[in-house]
Amino acid sequence: MHTLITLTAPAVVPTAAGGVSSVAWSGAQAAVWLVALPLLSSAVLLLLGRRADRWGHWLGVLASAASFVVGLVLLVGLLGLPADQRVQDVDLGTWLDAGALSIGAGLRVDPLSLTFVLLVTFVGTLIHVYSVAYMEHDASRRRFFAYLNLFVAAMLLLVLADSYALLFVGWEGVGLASYLLIGFWNHHTPYAVAAKKAFVANRVGDVGLLVAMGLLFATFGSLDFATVDAGVAGASEGTLTLVGLALLLAACGKSAQFPLQSWLGDAMAGPTPVSALIHAATMVTAGVYLIIRSGAVFTAAPTAQLVVAVVGAITLLFGAIVGCAKDDIKKALAASTMSQIGYMVLAAGLGPIGYAFAIFHLVTHGFFKAGMFLGAGSVMHGMDDQVDMRRFGGLGRYMKITYFTFMAGWLAILGIPPFAGFFSKDKIIEAAFVPVDGEPWRAWVFGTVALVGAGITAFYMSRLFFMTFEGQKRWSTRRDGSEQHPHESPALMTWPMIVLAVGSVGLGWVLSTVGFVEWLEPSVGHTEHEEPVLAVPVLIALTLIAVALGLVLAWRRYAVSTVPVTPPLGTALTRAARVDLHQDAVNDALLVEPGQYLTRSLVYGDKAVVDGAVTGLGRATVALGDLVRRAQNGYARSYAAGMVVGVVVLAFVVLAVRG
Amino acid sequence: MSPLLTVLPAAAGALTESGQTSTAEAVLFWTLGPLMVLAALGLLFARKAVHAALAVIFIMISLAFMYVAQGAEFLGVVQVVVYTGAVMMLFLFVLMLVGVDRSDSLVETIRGQRWLGALAGLGLAVVLAGVVGRATYGPPTGLADANLPSNPQAVAYLIFGQHVLAMEVVGALLVTAALGALVLTHRGRLTPKVGQRELAERRLRTGGHPVSLPAPGVYARHNAMDVPALGPDGTPLESSVPRVLRVRGQEADARAYAARIDRVLAGGWAVGAGTFTSDESYRGGPDGPVEGAVTIREPQAPAEDATPEEDGR
Amino acid sequence: MSLTHYLVLAAILFAIGATTVLLRRNAIIVFMGVELMLNSTNLLLVTFSRMHGNLSGQVLAFFVMVVAAAEVVVGLAIIVSIFRTRRSASVDDVNLLKS
Repeated sequence: MHTLITLTAPAVVPTAAGGVSSVAWSGAQAAVWLVALPLLSSAVLLLLGRRADRWGHWLGVLASAASFVVGLVLLVGLLGLPADQRVQDVDLGTWLDAGALSIGAGLRVDPLSLTFVLLVTFVGTLIHVYSVAYMEHDASRRRFFAYLNLFVAAMLLLVLADSYALLFVGWEGVGLASYLLIGFWNHHTPYAVAAKKAFVANRVGDVGLLVAMGLLFATFGSLDFATVDAGVAGASEGTLTLVGLALLLAACGKSAQFPLQSWLGDAMAGPTPVSALIHAATMVTAGVYLIIRSGAVFTAAPTAQLVVAVVGAITLLFGAIVGCAKDDIKKALAASTMSQIGYMVLAAGLGPIGYAFAIFHLVTHGFFKAGMFLGAGSVMHGMDDQVDMRRFGGLGRYMKITYFTFMAGWLAILGIPPFAGFFSKDKIIEAAFVPVDGEPWRAWVFGTVALVGAGITAFYMSRLFFMTFEGQKRWSTRRDGSEQHPHESPALMTWPMIVLAVGSVGLGWVLSTVGFVEWLEPSVGHTEHEEPVLAVPVLIALTLIAVALGLVLAWRRYAVSTVPVTPPLGTALTRAARVDLHQDAVNDALLVEPGQYLTRSLVYGDKAVVDGAVTGLGRATVALGDLVRRAQNGYARSYAAGMVVGVVVLAFVVLAVRG
Repeated sequence: MSPLLTVLPAAAGALTESGQTSTAEAVLFWTLGPLMVLAALGLLFARKAVHAALAVIFIMISLAFMYVAQGAEFLGVVQVVVYTGAVMMLFLFVLMLVGVDRSDSLVETIRGQRWLGALAGLGLAVVLAGVVGRATYGPPTGLADANLPSNPQAVAYLIFGQHVLAMEVVGALLVTAALGALVLTHRGRLTPKVGQRELAERRLRTGGHPVSLPAPGVYARHNAMDVPALGPDGTPLESSVPRVLRVRGQEADARAYAARIDRVLAGGWAVGAGTFTSDESYRGGPDGPVEGAVTIREPQAPAEDATPEEDGR
Repeated sequence: MSLTHYLVLAAILFAIGATTVLLRRNAIIVFMGVELMLNSTNLLLVTFSRMHGNLSGQVLAFFVMVVAAAEVVVGLAIIVSIFRTRRSASVDDVNLLKS
């Protein structure tokens, strides 16, 4: 173990993460409050119970907003430091101390984590406000806010942790919050099942993280980022590849990447604000965060990095195709989320050149996707919780604010300049076209996939937008039989949407103007851009053409022509996409059914063989006892006779043996 | 011990050169051995437990003979004292205490026990005899050297030397066994002890006589056991006569005696040596005939209320 | 006559004693069977003592006698005590060992 301990010695290697600052900035201590405030609020809401029903939701909003303010303070403080001191570690003491395993509880405040903090708290606060109105008629609104606060706290702990161990705590915390919120209406069995599905799929990913932690500890003797980043230079590539693949598995589980993507669609069972916050803007991007945070490992393990890119590319197309066929507005958005995170994972798999763009897209996506989810929630609010887009149509005239805010998000995700998506997604497409030394095929494959994905994205998002807000009314009656009366949502719901729409419109331009990529450099490192295989203007033009193609196609099919209320049979691909490209069937066939068969066999084996042997032994003993019991007649003379007979027989045997 | 030893050959337990016993010992063995087996069979088959006990006593005395014949004089005496003298007597006592009950019958009650027991016993005999017969023994040494200066002394050296601890332990065991027997046969007192005081109190409570009964004859001026004493008012006290005499009807009438005594005291006749007589011609007191005039006082007629004695006399 | 005759006699007595224990029902007679077995063992010990010219056998027989005496005292006390409560000296009546 001594070798491992010596490896933990702090060795500052200013390669991967731009160096670890040794200058302590006392202001970074405030980061503790980022986690503590929502956690306290959550505890208060859960412990006080019904007594907090009247004001609990405002406490939740306040806690989230306070975290955002703390985040802003930290941002200002960090901006005041020179770039090479912007990675601040806050030591909170020793957490675990067992033999060679000594894990300190510490927070790392750096541009990457602070970006996440601001995204989570800002979008989170907006969604808290939105939820106040959205959940107004729900009896357990206080519990909802407690869970939301719990989520915020766990997510902040996840991004602020300075070691994989503490990250894992946050990782599990967001998984728990996600589970609780998906199954918030768990009196509906399908919702409870969806929650369980998400939980189990996440557990599969968590195993990856645990394996990665075990490997990291075995290799480096420590689990904090600084030691791991510093030690990768001395580790074997095989080990790092294994670690990278395990981390990728964790990311796949959390971020709904292929092949663990199946839970995200079902996760839409939760209340819409949950879908917006957890399953669109923040938690599902934790996988991207993990990959980028472990950038040093992936940089040293090109094979793992390639797998990351491949997974991202597959998921990108997968989500896009599924999104084209879904009629449920939330599930279509979920497929879109999956696809967009596929972009981010693809970017993260491209290496250091993609890290900053992945985060960039993550932030803009957080805004416009959250905005669109809130818009979907607003539509459902006005349409009696109807989610079938074939029952929408022409809603733009009834919900002006929802219409325009949704439109901002729509244009942003399409990548129309100057909306936010243009600045982030096009950069990813450009980065995908950048050739890797010796392997030019990768640039072409990943670039093409990203380009085609952009076209499909344009198609399905336009389809969603047109089916909902344009065309004829295809409304059904309300559940109680009365006429639908679509109406705009209250101000508490529209204002967050407006703020997010503003972000969707301008955030991309603002961030690229103020140098977001350079701001991230202390965390993700700096890489000189190489030129893509095609000229950048050509790429932009190609992307816009693909987007325009998808947009026009959708316009012709869903805005101009009549949309049938009952879904047409469609092509084989459509039918497959409607059932998520058979992912559940594949999962069932590959995992669930063999698992159940194995379980049944084991149960049968247990009953027949193990239980049979045990109970058989018991029965045999009982039968033998019944037989022998007759010998116990209570007569001492009988017992004496038995003894004498035994002695005689023994003596005979002994004499016979001795000859 | 010495009288017993004188009966037996002087060199008890001596062996010939070839390891054979003396002829006298052989005669003893062949006389006693079959009888012992017969007696043992008697124990097995005797209907009465007392007969069985007698058979066992015979076996034990015979064994004592054999011990002595084999040079174990001390053990022979101990055998007689302990087994026939103590153990078997104890058996007989218990037999008398318990009495004879139906379990003395030889009818078997447990199914299969008879043939199983017989088989086991026979098998045991065969096995033991087989072992004894098949074993090879070295030439017998005899006790001539070991028994110096004499058997009891040699045994005593061993018991109080090498085996002294066992001796002590066995003594403790005996004491424990005696105490155990006491405890086992002890019967707890179920009612409070009744002593003299309790008896007297119970007699008083039930209205009995407070003191000892009056002795017969005292106030009746006559000391025969069958004469009731007279109370202070001259009433004869029935209770002063022993109960046996009363039951038999041999009680004397105090009044008749009183009349004759009064007559004698008044100078009437009486036969000598304390013997009363009804001879009217007899003149004299208890010490013999009296010379001179004797005033004869006629006895008074008995009172109507049957109280013939006069007060203040 | 060799000393083996004593051994055979002891074996026969022992077997008869054992058979008595097995066959008789009167507890006192059973007890006498036990005593007979002990006595035959003593005869064996004395004979072996003579064979080996070693008095330890006699000492052992002596101890056997003492222990047998103690055993008789306790055993008879038990028989008397059982007889008092059950008015029977039959070993078959004491079959409470049966469940």
